[in-house]
Amino acid sequence: MRLAGRISLFAAASLLLTVSARAETVVKIGAALSLTGPAAAYGAQQKTGILAAVEEVNKSGALKGVKLEAVIEDDASTKEQGIAVFQRFINKDKVSAIIGPTLSNTATAADPLAQGAKVPVVAVSNTLPKGITDIGDYIWRVSLTEAQVIPSALKSAKAKLGFKSAGILYGNDDAFTQGAYGVMKSTLDSLGTATLATQTFAKPDKDYTAQLTALLATKPEILVVSALVENASGIVAQARQLGWQGPIFGGNGFNSPKLIANAGPASEGVYVGTAWNKPSTDAANLAFQKAMADRKHDPDQFCAQAYTGVLVIAEAIKLSGKGGRDDIKAGFLKLKDLSTPLGKFSFNTDRDGEHGAALQVVKDGKFQIVP
Amino acid sequence: MGQQVINGLFLGSIYALFALGYTLVFGVLDILNLAHAAVFMLATFVAVALVGHGLNILVALPLAVVFAGLVGLVLERVAFRPLRARTDSNISGLISSLAAATIIEAVALEIWGPNITRFPFGTLPDGPANQLALFGGTVSRLQLTIIAVAVLLVLALTWLVKGTRLGREVRAVAESPRAARVLGVDVDRAIAAAFFISSALGGAAGVLYGLAFNSISPDMGRGVELKGLAVIILGGMGSMPGAVLAGFALGLIEVFVVANLGGSWRDAISFAGLFLFLVLRPRGLLGAAATREA
Repeated sequence: MRLAGRISLFAAASLLLTVSARAETVVKIGAALSLTGPAAAYGAQQKTGILAAVEEVNKSGALKGVKLEAVIEDDASTKEQGIAVFQRFINKDKVSAIIGPTLSNTATAADPLAQGAKVPVVAVSNTLPKGITDIGDYIWRVSLTEAQVIPSALKSAKAKLGFKSAGILYGNDDAFTQGAYGVMKSTLDSLGTATLATQTFAKPDKDYTAQLTALLATKPEILVVSALVENASGIVAQARQLGWQGPIFGGNGFNSPKLIANAGPASEGVYVGTAWNKPSTDAANLAFQKAMADRKHDPDQFCAQAYTGVLVIAEAIKLSGKGGRDDIKAGFLKLKDLSTPLGKFSFNTDRDGEHGAALQVVKDGKFQIVP
Repeated sequence: MGQQVINGLFLGSIYALFALGYTLVFGVLDILNLAHAAVFMLATFVAVALVGHGLNILVALPLAVVFAGLVGLVLERVAFRPLRARTDSNISGLISSLAAATIIEAVALEIWGPNITRFPFGTLPDGPANQLALFGGTVSRLQLTIIAVAVLLVLALTWLVKGTRLGREVRAVAESPRAARVLGVDVDRAIAAAFFISSALGGAAGVLYGLAFNSISPDMGRGVELKGLAVIILGGMGSMPGAVLAGFALGLIEVFVVANLGGSWRDAISFAGLFLFLVLRPRGLLGAAATREA
């Protein structure tokens, strides 16, 4: 009797083992996000977008036999921690792909590690034109670069507002804000707008009144600012306090509801280019917004881009049939016209994302697309 | 030009208030209280919490200031008094205050997190209706309020120190604790009072700074700490009018450097200027001359 009992136990156990062996493979996606530090506002939105996308993809069963798993770590908006997180993803968690990091500044330091280890990276918020995808063929990008968004957005703003002169304020201690400044300056030059004065600040600064006063004294028709959202909020609030009622144009750093939450009524009349056309009735965009409404979350551009990042990886896995690092990279090469919340998405030959961009303005406490 | 002067005075008033507390304790005890910046930060968080619970800022500010003073009392009792008898009390007090500062910062980090906190909207009325054109520039109600409060506190402190008995006792202890004790002054009480006032001023500076720039985080004291040190050295260690003068001076210098040379030069020029000034006049603007009476 005891022997029979043992045999049936052994049979049950081996049956269980074979059953579980037929279960799906787990593909890990590491997400290096700024959950603390100056970029925390963006990181929080990205985290929600990624987790939601992973859930939706797994639920839809589009990837047969493959289950996506997101591993999310905080890079504290710094290079040092970004590098540490990447190393952990590559060596310890052995992820198949990495999404992030949030800041271009961190990416310039951390992406080379992934390139060296042949792990594909999908940048979903790096908008620095040079120095991201040119790191190597494993670095891919979903977010439109400043060089893609700013020129079209500034041009639309000029068509609407007709400004002939500008004053520029930018952060000179961050790769993204500095790179964006370069694009803003050259775009203004090509549009025939005179730059009357240029001032700088650093991320830890809280007082911008000296710089703003100097800029406003030259009487520009528009203030062009390149800053991350915490600085941007202070700059906009202080500019209004100094009596500036005119338009303010901001780079991608302004693209966060946190700007409106922090600066309040002062943020009215702030123009920002965007990669996400929120009111679009595209099916993928509507599905994304429904997924967000179900989770009671108000998404911003960063959320939409992070969500798209997961969709892009999922599509790559589907196209190549497998979930390994090189399989995903091969899938990216084949990816074309994928339906995403950002529109029809493809990679161009530089591994950068390509889709239409838009201009928005803060009106009545919300970002509204400028037609 | 006028606007930049206003900007400079505005920034300077906060520096002056912060430095005043610093120099008070230094003048009395010959100790640098490095926890001053932590109290500065803590008071701001308390004010935000109070306003968040519905109190008007005009009520929250004095409450936060009193709270800061009480923290100062605790600091004095816990971090400084036990070490007073030692011969190296200057240095050990310094280290002790540094430890206290680290603890306070860690506690704040735990309670409020590392992200930036802000005063809710409408704490101090803002917008074009609340602005005044003055001397070719725009002053907001916020800026005027802060400058006014700072000036008021400086005057209040001056009256306290010069015109009251407590003030006389504090000055006596600053001159010589032993002689003061012989004359019947309760030295411990005087020192505790000095700490209360000093921390209260630091707390006031913090709340005003928080209202001015609306960017409050557990590490907000760091930026002002070094500036405060520079201000009290520039003004003359232990000299209260010196601290006020130097505070306003530094505010003006910073603003004009940024406007004319650019943001990156601000700290470099401020500290280089300080260095140069000290080489030429080691005792600072209004400090006592190098020789001390026995």
